[in-house]
Amino acid sequence: MKSLQEAQAEVVEDFSMYDEWLDKYEYLIDLGRRLEAFPEELKTDDRLIRGCQSRVWLDTVVEGDRLLFRADSDAIITKGIISLLIGVYSGRTAREIAEDDFSFVDRLGLRENLSPTRANGLASMIDTIRKTAQNHC
Amino acid sequence: MMEVEKIRQEFPELGERVYGKPLVYLDNAATSQRPRSVIRKWTEMSEKYNANLHRAVHRIADLATVEYETTRDAVRKYLNAAFREEIVFTSGATAAINLVAFSFGEAFIGAGDEIVVCEAEHHSDLVPWQLLCSRKGATLKVLPVDDGGRIRLDLLPGLLTPRTKLLCVAHISNVLGLVNPVKEIVNICHSKCCAVLIDGAQGIVHARVDVQELGCDFYAFSGHKLYAAPGTGVLYGRRELLEQMPPFMGGGEMIGTVRWSGSTWAPLPQKFEAGTQNIAGTPTLRPALEMAEALREPAVQASYDEVKKIILNKLQSDPRIRLYGEPDATTEKVPLFSFSVEHCHHEDLALILDKMGIAVRSGQMCAEPLMDRFGVTGMLRASFAPYNTPAEAEYFTTSLDRAIQMLAG
Repeated sequence: MKSLQEAQAEVVEDFSMYDEWLDKYEYLIDLGRRLEAFPEELKTDDRLIRGCQSRVWLDTVVEGDRLLFRADSDAIITKGIISLLIGVYSGRTAREIAEDDFSFVDRLGLRENLSPTRANGLASMIDTIRKTAQNHC
Repeated sequence: MMEVEKIRQEFPELGERVYGKPLVYLDNAATSQRPRSVIRKWTEMSEKYNANLHRAVHRIADLATVEYETTRDAVRKYLNAAFREEIVFTSGATAAINLVAFSFGEAFIGAGDEIVVCEAEHHSDLVPWQLLCSRKGATLKVLPVDDGGRIRLDLLPGLLTPRTKLLCVAHISNVLGLVNPVKEIVNICHSKCCAVLIDGAQGIVHARVDVQELGCDFYAFSGHKLYAAPGTGVLYGRRELLEQMPPFMGGGEMIGTVRWSGSTWAPLPQKFEAGTQNIAGTPTLRPALEMAEALREPAVQASYDEVKKIILNKLQSDPRIRLYGEPDATTEKVPLFSFSVEHCHHEDLALILDKMGIAVRSGQMCAEPLMDRFGVTGMLRASFAPYNTPAEAEYFTTSLDRAIQMLAG
């Protein structure tokens, strides 16, 4: 498995290949489409991430000291964003995730390219992943 | 078309670019853009007439008061209200409706009384009535719309009982864009001694409003959707009712005398204008109303009709698109379109359109019960103003196709 830093650098590089934001969205849409199917019965209120305009569900499975994330959203771009996040963090130890500063997200330029309400949604996703990790440390 | 291009020059924001693309502003139902005449008045009030109204004897306060009160006359004339004291300035339609919910409620609503709201109401014309009903032990009843979003006028007489004191309905729905049969509603309600409040937030922008001809008891609207400064608004209320209603808020110019033994109230309309008013903003309603008038010129309207035709044609003919609010022989639709697209989330569409320079609305449009009615979590809304051009309408339809292509593949 790549180190967390390597995985993050790779995502930032992939994302920076596209100059146009519409192309970046295409990339996110594609990521969203390729995300592993999420079981319907897991779409419960306690898995909903609060603060997103669209609905986003995050499910966590603990395997030893590692956290496995699964996610879904009814909006495809949002699904691409959460896919990008869990692609980086899923399968890592709770401590490693909890100690990360999540600054790679800033290097994607996502935050300033989403409207404030949607940037809040992104912040909520990051917050949920971080808090889940902290709770498992 | 020349006329529209000329008018666009008066709205500085319309010349802006976003992400390097010309801004196509289609969120007018949320807030319209402001013409230079409004911005000039706003600045002039701040630079030359900044003093508190009514109370002071000095020159600047006099001039500010004249600006403010002249605006009241202009609004009275525009609405054809019978008396200038029937025009109360507020911070917007929401504040105006809350004022009525409190003051009318105090005067006229008791336990067991009923208030009717339409199923398509904006939260601002719904939540104040829920609050009033829970305060007073009154009942909130709902006047439904049909699958096309049209008000079920046939159900109205059956809803009204001797306990029904007030009915609240939008002149034009902020989601459906349909012009509601408000005159018929007023006639039916008045025949049953039920007062009527019209939420005119969208209506004032698109329709000619004559409150005496409509016969409504209250008409509320915001300035910021009608080219004026934000934080401005108007409540028209029939004098006879306003006189019987207690103040909403206390303090400032709303008093007559204040004693420890009790206070008396200023005459209308000051009774309802507590605290420092929007001194710089409210006078912008004057140039705003002039602009609304100018936008009714035949050349502008012809272009606007063309815009409406282009969009309606697209949204009604594309099988992937579900349009909410269907016009028919008796129900007119204004260029305000809420819709959903199969296999496409409204948020995704809005995000992509945004990057193409198009500002639209996505979400619940402050009308959650109506979203439930249509079984959706949200919609996409493109709302036009007369300064939007047919070329922008065409750009919107081709951009929408491109966005759908990206999302639905």
